[in-house]
Amino acid sequence: MNLLDIFKRRSSAPVARERLQVLLAYERRNRSQPDLVSILREEIMAVIAKHVQIDQDYLQVSMDRGETMSTLEIDIQIPNKSAVPLAMAG
Amino acid sequence: MGKVVVVTSGKGGVGKTTSTAALGAAVAKTGKKVALVDFDVGLRNLDLIMGAERRVVFDLVNVIQGSAKLSQALIRDKRVETLFLLPASQTRDKDALTEDGVGEVIDKLRSVFDYVFCDSPAGIERGAQLAMRFADEAVIVTNPEVSSVRDSDRIIGLLDARTLRAEQGEQIAKHVLVTRYDAARASRGEMLSIDDVLEILSTPLLGIIPESQDVLRASNLGSPVTLSEPLNAAAKAYIDAARRLEGEDLPVVVPFERKGFLDRLLGRRAA
Ligand SMILES: Nc1ncnc2c1ncn2[C@@H]1O[C@H](COP(=O)(O)OP(=O)(O)OP(=O)(O)O)[C@@H](O)[C@H]1O
Ligand SMILES: [Mg+2]
Repeated sequence: MNLLDIFKRRSSAPVARERLQVLLAYERRNRSQPDLVSILREEIMAVIAKHVQIDQDYLQVSMDRGETMSTLEIDIQIPNKSAVPLAMAG
Repeated sequence: MGKVVVVTSGKGGVGKTTSTAALGAAVAKTGKKVALVDFDVGLRNLDLIMGAERRVVFDLVNVIQGSAKLSQALIRDKRVETLFLLPASQTRDKDALTEDGVGEVIDKLRSVFDYVFCDSPAGIERGAQLAMRFADEAVIVTNPEVSSVRDSDRIIGLLDARTLRAEQGEQIAKHVLVTRYDAARASRGEMLSIDDVLEILSTPLLGIIPESQDVLRASNLGSPVTLSEPLNAAAKAYIDAARRLEGEDLPVVVPFERKGFLDRLLGRRAA
């Protein structure tokens, strides 16, 4: 066992604790009401659907829920035929 | 066409989820395309063990109910390009999974991936039966302990009766994966031996995973042990098991106890 191992051994429980805190805070909140990021996701998708018909296959949604900050990424590929400009793709 | 492998056990807490993550990651690291599917509806944990819990957007039930596409629900691993996770839903509705729905999803996965690992819930009820329903192969996770071996035997019975393959008169390949093997206790004769387990279950052995702190640490960090610490004993055992699953003919070595200083000093002998 080298020094790095000792460091790793020490560091795994705090990582677990932090991961659980973030996850459980989210899950508890979410039990009573959907979280803001999910609401945004659904509303943004509804707005997009109003203007252009998007094949679900060309739409990727990814999230990363952090402790103080979450990111929501919506990646849409819009066929050139539809002349509707959309700034939020990407 | 990819292979569908169910990771099952009957008894709870024997290491199915840990093994799904470790085996799946080991296979994916060789360049194969691998999907891990969490069937533990209501109690998903594979996302946590894979370190993907913050990135779950859609799940298996969303895909079955049509509110998300399969491609949208699959989460790509950040470490291994060819490794993907399909999370279980946290719904309390146990009937959210339908057999037809699961069949469709598995068929699609099978056409895209080389391996589809299904992490079964504990028990022998509907959830466990759906997880095994479309499998080509089964990894039966067993601890060397009486109740686990008994439950494995029941699961083997189900695999031979209730899977689609069995109903069609085909064979489902079964492998026993012994986990949480404690060499020290085995050498004292306090634990069923590997030979006992294999003789009772009369099913070939895929590997022996030692009881190990490394496994716990890997779960804490959200990384399969085969990725985070591939040189550790448990990881090596999983990597070898993954190679056997892919058809390689590797001999299984039963972990032996490295005698501690005190044992040697006192001249203690194995029972
Ligand atoms: N080889 C091992 N050494 C030490 N601990 C282990 C080992 N394998 C699994 N464990 C621990 O055993 C516990 C149960 O593991 P796991 O969640 O993988 O079991 P499971 O069969 O999926 O459980 P469930 O039936 O609830 O789904 C976990 O705490 C895990 O870290
Ligand atoms: Mg599990």
